[in-house]
Amino acid sequence: MFIRRTLPLLVSAIFGVALIFQFFIPHPASKSFYNMMLDWLIIVSAFTYLIAVQSTVELHITKIKRKVEGWQYSIIVLVSLFVTALLGIFGGAFMPTTLWMKIFHNVKPTDTTPLMYTYLYMQMPMQSTIFSLLAFYMASAAFRSFRARSFDATLLLITAGIVTIGRVPLGEFIYKGLPDVVEWILKYPNMAAQRGILIGVQLGIIATSIKIILGIERKYLGGGK
Amino acid sequence: MKSKILFFIFILLSFFFIFSQNLTQTDQKLFTPVDSTVLKNFIVRDVGNDDGTRIEVFCNFPFDGKNFTLKLYRKESGDSNFKMLKTIKSFPFKIVDEGLFSDKKYEYYISFVDSMGGESEKCIINQPISPKPDLFKTDKTILLLMIIIYTVVIILLVESVRKGKELFVRKISGLDTLDEAVGRATEMGRPVLYVPGSSTMSDIATIASLNILGPVAKKIAEYETKLIVPNRDPIVMTVAKEVVKESYSEAGRPDAYNDNDIFFLTDSQFGYAAAVSGIMTREKPATNLLLGMFWAESLIMAEAGNTTGAIQIAGTDAVTQLPFFITSCDYTIIGEELYAASAYLSREPLLLGTLKAQDYFKGLIIIILTLYFLILIISLITGGNITILKNIMEFLRFIFKS
Amino acid sequence: MRFINFINKLDKRWIYLVLALCIIIPFLFPIGFPMKTTAPVKSIYDFIEDSIPEGGVVLIGADYDPSTMAELHPMAKVIATHALSNNLRVLFVTLYPQGAGMAQDVIENVLREWNNSNPDNQKELGKDITLLAYVPGVSAVVLKMGEDIIETFNEDGYGNKLSDLEVMKEIKNYNDIDLMVELAGSAVVLTWLIYANGRYGLNVGIGTTAVSAAEYYSYLQSKQAIGMLGGLKGAAEYENLLSKKGVYWGRKDATVGMDAQSSAHIFFIILIVLGNIAYFVSKKQKGGR
Repeated sequence: MFIRRTLPLLVSAIFGVALIFQFFIPHPASKSFYNMMLDWLIIVSAFTYLIAVQSTVELHITKIKRKVEGWQYSIIVLVSLFVTALLGIFGGAFMPTTLWMKIFHNVKPTDTTPLMYTYLYMQMPMQSTIFSLLAFYMASAAFRSFRARSFDATLLLITAGIVTIGRVPLGEFIYKGLPDVVEWILKYPNMAAQRGILIGVQLGIIATSIKIILGIERKYLGGGK
Repeated sequence: MKSKILFFIFILLSFFFIFSQNLTQTDQKLFTPVDSTVLKNFIVRDVGNDDGTRIEVFCNFPFDGKNFTLKLYRKESGDSNFKMLKTIKSFPFKIVDEGLFSDKKYEYYISFVDSMGGESEKCIINQPISPKPDLFKTDKTILLLMIIIYTVVIILLVESVRKGKELFVRKISGLDTLDEAVGRATEMGRPVLYVPGSSTMSDIATIASLNILGPVAKKIAEYETKLIVPNRDPIVMTVAKEVVKESYSEAGRPDAYNDNDIFFLTDSQFGYAAAVSGIMTREKPATNLLLGMFWAESLIMAEAGNTTGAIQIAGTDAVTQLPFFITSCDYTIIGEELYAASAYLSREPLLLGTLKAQDYFKGLIIIILTLYFLILIISLITGGNITILKNIMEFLRFIFKS
Repeated sequence: MRFINFINKLDKRWIYLVLALCIIIPFLFPIGFPMKTTAPVKSIYDFIEDSIPEGGVVLIGADYDPSTMAELHPMAKVIATHALSNNLRVLFVTLYPQGAGMAQDVIENVLREWNNSNPDNQKELGKDITLLAYVPGVSAVVLKMGEDIIETFNEDGYGNKLSDLEVMKEIKNYNDIDLMVELAGSAVVLTWLIYANGRYGLNVGIGTTAVSAAEYYSYLQSKQAIGMLGGLKGAAEYENLLSKKGVYWGRKDATVGMDAQSSAHIFFIILIVLGNIAYFVSKKQKGGR
């Protein structure tokens, strides 16, 4: 219980309070403590990727072993994972490694590395495609649910129409002052509403942080109470 | 002949003198000030609220109509090397010299350069000074006070709730439906998909989401339904595993916990969205819970879920993504409701107390904003001549700026 | 009536098809509407143009991946080109592994285009521009840079020691960076605003996707950000400003896309209008019954 509950709570309380006070103490000793904390954070972050790899490998090996539906795709995932990693390690990230140039004599230091090749010609088109889906989904969502059901909805509809047209050159072609109207909408009505939500959100963020530091909120450690 | 030799020696000496001056900027001699009244206008002092690495040099004397530039030099006490810091062309000026050491003393010198490029002697403008490290940022006092007050209010309210005070919390329909949504999945015999957002653990929205995951997982364990939690961040995944495992134990169903149902997908933003959409299409979960921080990928996931006909509850504090969730999901938890969820679901008195503290502070902010707005309107109408209003506004601005 | 039924029962895939055509056709037959420069874009341009002395440093945060490159890649190109044209030094930084590839691609393209067009003012990798190595930790990296940039990264993305590079001369921390422009479609922008601007006072400009742009207007008004390029239009406006200055030779990726965006937006409006007509007619019918 001490290791699973009390110790983590103690650690988060001590470091939480220490880092709050550190912000108010400019002394070099406080700065070096702060720098040490940042170094720790960076080092811990680097190791979390190992956990990520472990999780991915374990999940897909289990799928293959149990032959769950679509297990063949798991093989593709694992092969891609290891081939990409190997290409990066032996071929180099931005410049071909000496080992790679020794194996393939015609490779020059200025050549595109195999890792960069997979990045440019496989990852780029695949990810761009996913992002472009947004346009299609937006169109269908707008068609399906953007209805003038009430006065508020009508107001929203008109505003959205103005912003949609005013954000492209065509809007300016139709009416020269439209981009300014759009800027005004974004700068004032949009921002007023956003700030209302933001103030609430920020207070929520501060309260949650304080709850964690004080040990009132413990659910992130798992379990209920 | 004698005069020629003397002339030659003079030329050589002059060359040597000029050349040595140009080559190295070292000089042991303390130059006599050009004009002590002018030099008095230069002030050198330690910069406050820092770690003892900065000294500022400033001069308020306008030097109007003077056709010259000024060069500022720094020298460590006991050292002979000058370091040229800056050529100053406009007055008055203020320069902060950084990267100094608190255990060393520094002297600052200036020289005047005329329009022909001729430079005067270097004149010392200060007593040797060391930058001092400070123990407290006095300019942040109000911020510290605010943190302390907020914390004290939270503790007081928590204490009053502990003693048995009842607190009212308004209905949040998105959270009320969680039970129903989990029940639906059980009836249909399909899994529940829980997406804890696309951000990292340093985002409080993610922590809020994991706080909701606890009670949800407990309910799912009780109903014996499958829970799928795909992750974009390895740390979030580790915490999510712990949360779910503990909740299953609490529900008395540790055997039903499957470690492989909470997994890492990819750290690519849209790669993650694509993979989650894929899970929605293949596994056809009856309920999709999208809670946490989302960005542009929110609509891709929400629309995919909408297409499969799942009941969808989304919640985020990302204001720009709210419209997408409202359009594509059945219920949306908006902004701070996400942070209230943990208290709302568990009805734990300690957590409810902090909710109340948030409300009090929000009330305070609303009062101050309204007050400021009213004073501003009155000042505009009266032409800004009422001193007391000006002072109040100045005071409020000072508090919020700090 | 049949039309209304058709609208009400319209399969989404037809919408997708028409939208695809609306986007593809303008690429084949461009119109080229004129464009006005909006204030948030102009203020970043003016800052680089007027407020940074020669030899100053512009830090560009490439925190995006291929998915959002359509909008953010042109921004990285124009800002890097603008900085080089004013003889400023350019540093790229990325907090996510995928951003490194994006930054590398921009550096390669910008250097090639610049050196082809300016034989008498050649720019070099490591001397005028470089990419800082990827270091995990996101907010910890942003905070650490405020203390010591060289200590945070040690090397550039190409494996060279930062302390040996000319481009890093006299750069210790944010005090030596004149402007930071963060390009991202996620909340990393806030990380830079909160930690680098809030804690260290770094001048931050934003480049973000059109979807996220509305979120940052409050930071513009509070002057936490000096300006913003919002979506493809922001990039297109910047391309035009650089063309007017006569320092942009590359393909105007953003400007080319503006016609497609215009027609897609028009299609959106038509869809919304059609949806509403169908909605009102159906409502009237139900009311009549």
